[in-house]
Amino acid sequence: RYTSTGCFVFKPNFKKRKISVPIEDYFSKGKNASEDSKLRFETYQLIWQQMKSETERLQEELNKNLFDSLIEFLQTSHSGLWKNSEDWSGEIKLREIPTAALILGVNVTDHDLTLRSLTEVLQNNVTPYVVSLQAKDCPDMKHFLQKLLVSQLMDCKVDVQSKEKESVQVIQKNVHYSMDSLSAWYMNFHVLFDPKMRLKRQISQFLIRMIKQNEIQHLHEFPLILIFGIATSPVVIHRLLPHAVSSLLCIELFQSLSCKEHLTTVLDKLLLTTQFPFKLSEKVLQILTNIFLYHDFSIQNFIKGLQLSLLEHFYSQPLSVLCCNLPEAKRRTHFLSKYIFSISCKREETQSLLENLHVYHTNYFLVLRCLHQFTSFLPKYPLGRQIRELYCMCLEKNIWDSEEYASVLQLLRLLAKDELMAMLQNCFKVFQSSSAKELGNTAKKIEEFLAQFQSLDETKEEEDTSQSQSKGLQKTDLYHLQKSLLEMKELRSTSKRQTKFEVLREQVVSFVDSLVREYLLPPDTQPLHETLYFSSAHTLRQHLNAAPRIALHTALNNPYYYLKNEALRSEEGCIPNVAPDICIAYKLHLECSRLINLVDWSEAFATVVTAAEKMDANSVTSEERNEVIHARFIRAVSELELLGFIKPTKQKTDHVARLTWGGC
Amino acid sequence: MTSTLELKEDKMLKVQFVGDDDVLNHILDREGGPKIKKDRAQLLVNTQKIIKKPENELEEDDQEVLKDQNYVEVLGQDVQESLKNGSATDGGNKVYPFQNRKHPEKMAKLASELAKTPGKSVSLNKNDPEITIDIPQCSKGKILPQFEFLSTAPRGLRKRLIVPRSHSDSESEYSASNSEDDEGVAQEYEEDTNEDILSQKIQAQNRVVSAPVCRGTPSKKMKRKKTSHLVEEYFEAHSSSKVLTSDRTLQKLKRAKLDQQTLHNLLSKVSPSFSAELKQLNQQHEQLFHKWMLQLHLGFNIVLYGLGSKRNLLERFRTTMLQDCIHIVINGFFPGISVKSILNSVTEVLDHMGTFRSVLDQLEWITNKFKEDSSLELFLLIHNLDSQMLRGDKSQQIIGQLSSLRNIYLIASIDHLNAPLMWDHAKQSLYNWLWYETTTYSHYTEETSYENSLLVKQSGSLPLSSLIHVLRSLTPNARGIFRLLIKYQLDNQDNPSYTGLCFQDFYQQCREAFLVNSDLTLRAQLTEFRDHKLIRTKKGTDGVEYLLIPVDNGILTDFLEKEEEEL
Repeated sequence: RYTSTGCFVFKPNFKKRKISVPIEDYFSKGKNASEDSKLRFETYQLIWQQMKSETERLQEELNKNLFDSLIEFLQTSHSGLWKNSEDWSGEIKLREIPTAALILGVNVTDHDLTLRSLTEVLQNNVTPYVVSLQAKDCPDMKHFLQKLLVSQLMDCKVDVQSKEKESVQVIQKNVHYSMDSLSAWYMNFHVLFDPKMRLKRQISQFLIRMIKQNEIQHLHEFPLILIFGIATSPVVIHRLLPHAVSSLLCIELFQSLSCKEHLTTVLDKLLLTTQFPFKLSEKVLQILTNIFLYHDFSIQNFIKGLQLSLLEHFYSQPLSVLCCNLPEAKRRTHFLSKYIFSISCKREETQSLLENLHVYHTNYFLVLRCLHQFTSFLPKYPLGRQIRELYCMCLEKNIWDSEEYASVLQLLRLLAKDELMAMLQNCFKVFQSSSAKELGNTAKKIEEFLAQFQSLDETKEEEDTSQSQSKGLQKTDLYHLQKSLLEMKELRSTSKRQTKFEVLREQVVSFVDSLVREYLLPPDTQPLHETLYFSSAHTLRQHLNAAPRIALHTALNNPYYYLKNEALRSEEGCIPNVAPDICIAYKLHLECSRLINLVDWSEAFATVVTAAEKMDANSVTSEERNEVIHARFIRAVSELELLGFIKPTKQKTDHVARLTWGGC
Repeated sequence: MTSTLELKEDKMLKVQFVGDDDVLNHILDREGGPKIKKDRAQLLVNTQKIIKKPENELEEDDQEVLKDQNYVEVLGQDVQESLKNGSATDGGNKVYPFQNRKHPEKMAKLASELAKTPGKSVSLNKNDPEITIDIPQCSKGKILPQFEFLSTAPRGLRKRLIVPRSHSDSESEYSASNSEDDEGVAQEYEEDTNEDILSQKIQAQNRVVSAPVCRGTPSKKMKRKKTSHLVEEYFEAHSSSKVLTSDRTLQKLKRAKLDQQTLHNLLSKVSPSFSAELKQLNQQHEQLFHKWMLQLHLGFNIVLYGLGSKRNLLERFRTTMLQDCIHIVINGFFPGISVKSILNSVTEVLDHMGTFRSVLDQLEWITNKFKEDSSLELFLLIHNLDSQMLRGDKSQQIIGQLSSLRNIYLIASIDHLNAPLMWDHAKQSLYNWLWYETTTYSHYTEETSYENSLLVKQSGSLPLSSLIHVLRSLTPNARGIFRLLIKYQLDNQDNPSYTGLCFQDFYQQCREAFLVNSDLTLRAQLTEFRDHKLIRTKKGTDGVEYLLIPVDNGILTDFLEKEEEEL
């Protein structure tokens, strides 16, 4: 069988197939099965569904602006043409194809989703004739047109049977004719393009034909609008299309939302809220944001990471059964009895602990936002610009112990009045928006502060006027002048001591400080935080951001790492000669430069292996043993070839080329 | 130079923290190239200064380590937790260093070292000068004299030092990859070693004088030396395309050729080592089976990486978990595999009769089918997703699109070092991978068993057998003609400008041997050879036809030997 094919289909008979295993069985079977595992899985699914729909809603909301302006453009572009067609400029415009260039950013993975929803929106709001073309679907002109026509025909049901066949045949014969038929069939038409400009040739061909078409027939018979998706900058269009083509496009730019803002919103709505009980620990959050910032800028990947952490949390943490909304969690406390053996911890107590945890979170996020209001406008952003950075710091440790926090307080003490007031105003809004009872006083207090600042304003003004009055100096003699100067100096020095404003500012700062110290305790100080916080950062990293090269390197260089046999224990950078063959061959090949002589290699290998084997006495004759060793060498070498460390070369007889650099 | 040095030292006495710029200057302070040596001599005398320096040096090192740690933290790697994965043990700098020049004897030396101390570990980092010098400082004086001896010995002596383990004493000559211009390379090489000797001598003196007093001085100098060395080595490695390796060939070793079967038989005699540990490793992986199923069902796809064949692991996964599901096993390492055949087997599952115009049509049909019927479920198991046949961009795109379907579950294994480079962000998001490290240390028996994945020495057996096979079907005269050509080619094998045997000469020879009677018969014969791809003809600059056998000379020699045996 091996020689005929590389694919084997296994199809169980029909009866058996019907009994499919429900997914939750895999959930419970994997680890120590317990009664609550089913519940846990259900909770996982519930929370994930909620989170997913929330992210989708967010996406929609964030794209709304962009889509609205696009739709407006699409609707006006053609109607505008006809209005002033007698105009000279209208004449020019008539010969141009209206084009929208949609700058989507480098997060290529998210484009799919955006374009899909855009297609949907356009189909619902503008016209049913929308074709979305992606580079991967159209490797050549034929596919391109086929896609164009077929998807169109499917949607509109215009003589599907007969004309499809015809058109496909037409395409194969002559592209030009199909364009004719195309324009004859459709009146209003939008084409969407994928951001990857691999479509280059097709687009230009297509456009050229389109434009020839326009010369024969009038554009209004075939009102075509193009929408290009672009990752980086609109220059790409000009680079990819010849001038003759691009000059016939009337391009208008649209900018999509930056992915960083998107991330901030997602974090804000998914994690910095008590709506979802699930939380990430500092390290996990760090990993997820780092993958986002350093690897792909992809929201989708971020959400995938979130899904994985949610799954892992419910899968590996038995206490996660309590990770649900508060009333439900209270009902589930009896599951806890298995894990807690202390008598003092009764059910009621657990319930109150859960309640405390909930309150803690409510306050936590409020104060966090409040603190963010203060820190995000400071010069150099000692506590970060984004709230996620601040959140990470607060999750990690007592924020008030950090140097950055001290410098924040220092900077706050230097703020001018209007800045401070703006911040307080923002804070007030934050507190007002919530309905937390405990922090109701805080809102009041801030209000008071604001009022005090206001009143400060008025008194200051009065002072100012009084001063200006006194300043109206008359002609005096030297003595009086000196006296008045002295007075003014005194006045200034007293004001330097502390004005009312400074006192008030000090009060505000210490108030903020007290808030932080009271409410921004790191979560691991709270009892039962394990139920909500997923902390196994390592698992996440391993599965999302793996390093296969380093794993290979470690396995080859330090087999003891995987095979815990004392014989394999060695120092850093060393290898015992009893190690697996491939490790020895690898180690030897590291000593070579670009080319390796197979004879030398095999001899070196034989030397090592023979030395290792002498330890255990064997009765095999030396010639036979040599052959076996040679065979082992061949195996090791071909395995190294499979792994991509070496390849055969024709440069010199019986040599192989090394494909990696260095040696260690 | 001296004044600046002193100035710097003054600074160092006072200042604890060294700014980035200073460090940079410090590292790149090589303008006074020849003067440095003088300074070194001075340094030897002035021990006090020296003592102060290392502290600072240490601090700098610490700082660098700190920076590294910062970076690691930024990347979110947590060292304590990552014991299960290999990723934490070494930083990237060890895996991806600069290319540098290697001395040809290294491997033999290393081998003998490994052999001499059975069971014990030996430091293998002989190629890095810094480390070799550092080791003696760590009070391991044994290795030092060896190294110095080697590096100070003139090249000729060194050659003799390598203990010949086989009959190839006189053949252990080293030559460049392209054999001309060997002289130049050797000279260059000698210069290189001379330089080494010089610095080594200085180093040795240094040690003799100041070793008891100052610890760490050499590390300071080595650091400077290391940077300059790094630069030199880098450019050396790139300056010439020649590589020094020995000229020995497998032909001289009698046991060079093995076919697949013999190899297999021989290997079956080897008793497996560490079986207990390997079993444990495998059990660890098997515990993940349920989790994999869960994650596959939740929309992720799973990719396995790590050293060792994952075929058996996946096979066990298949037998334990997938008995009641429709699944397709795809052997990526199979040389005839293609995306088309994968898609065909998928359509086979869907009971589709008929053909498709193109792969894309087929893919679209499959996509629609799976989207329509959500009760359909299909598991794809791909061994070696990174194989030669599947690693192309288009193939990966199509497999990725398949795997992105909600009810197709993909679990695949990759082995190649650079396999992840196949996927850009778009493909990765299609695949939606979860990575699992499954190091098994199993042998890649099945994966390497196809002839094209094996090295020269085995592939040699195949042309030989086919050569014999083809020629046996020919007439004795034809065989004679071919033998003539072989002999001529072998006679000329040392002639680098040999382009082939001219047709007229060949005809003359054949006539003399009574093999043909007219050049028409010879031409007919040659056409037959050409059809069997036994010969190649080439028009020379003078318009004359030249004949060449496109087979390795070694194989031709063997063929002649076999022929003579039979006769």
